[in-house]
Amino acid sequence: MSRGVRTLIFLAGAAGLGMLLVLAFLRCPPFGGDWHPYRDMAVPAALAHVTPNVVSSVNFDQRGLDTLGEETILLGSVLGATVLLRPGRHETRREPQDVGRVLQVTRLGGYVMLPLALTLGLDVVIHGHLTPGGGFQGGVVLATGLHLTYVAGSYPALRRLRPVSWYEYAEALGAGTFSVLGVVGLVTSAALLANFLPLGQFQQLFSSGTVLALSVATGCEVAAGVVVLLAAFLEQTIMIDSSRERAG
Amino acid sequence: MTETNVLLIVSLTLVAVAGTVVVATGEPSRQAVVLSVFGLLLGLLFVVLQAPDVALSQIGVGTAVVPLMVVLAVRKIRQLGSRR
Repeated sequence: MSRGVRTLIFLAGAAGLGMLLVLAFLRCPPFGGDWHPYRDMAVPAALAHVTPNVVSSVNFDQRGLDTLGEETILLGSVLGATVLLRPGRHETRREPQDVGRVLQVTRLGGYVMLPLALTLGLDVVIHGHLTPGGGFQGGVVLATGLHLTYVAGSYPALRRLRPVSWYEYAEALGAGTFSVLGVVGLVTSAALLANFLPLGQFQQLFSSGTVLALSVATGCEVAAGVVVLLAAFLEQTIMIDSSRERAG
Repeated sequence: MTETNVLLIVSLTLVAVAGTVVVATGEPSRQAVVLSVFGLLLGLLFVVLQAPDVALSQIGVGTAVVPLMVVLAVRKIRQLGSRR
């Protein structure tokens, strides 16, 4: 395809997209107004299920199916990335060389932040139904927090703290638990991911029914998934020698 | 003009400036660092817009995980390039 034809196709697409965007923006409600039909329905629905964090109620209760889809996408992406980053036929494993030097300040900061980050991650996962956060956010904090061991220490230190196979199991367990909880809802209340647990009292840790359970399952899956994903990247960068790729 | 509006204008401007800097940065490994700063500013904007849940995700993914993946990928590509 010649450059001229490509430019023409691009311009046609861009013009169509631009027109749709302009039409959509013209019909948008004004910024910061007080007309929020979705809020007016979501907030009472969240309160009816004793979930003070309405966002978590939307994620895990009202639109739980969307989150199930997102979880599956994450699982598939991690799987795909791991397959792509696996050692090739002509690549060999080596012990990490060039360990490098870590500044004392970095080391101190990293090891002080490590327990804080892990505690914060757990806190965000467990209290997702009460305060901002939830399984996804807490899971990412947990996974990135764990990698402070690499920043402050060394790659061997991180590998000792992180047996990748455990995280692979944890990822599968989290994703599986989410689906099983959804199916239990289907069996007991005739709707996938419907709440079937006691709702409890406001502001109690064990409240808001399945929101807490689904949030913890998500936290497990996301934390483990991100760890497995970064492990595949780190392994390929640090542990794998691709020098014989061409020669082989 | 209320204080919230001032905060909004400031954080929106910062996001727009940082986003432009990300696009204008050529070198991918430097771009990862700028992207990290951009992610932090975007997180700030979400906090100002009263969306702390989204801000948490944004800071975790956009500031830590994605730049780290980019840096690791760039390093691997350099390893391959230097050996051929």
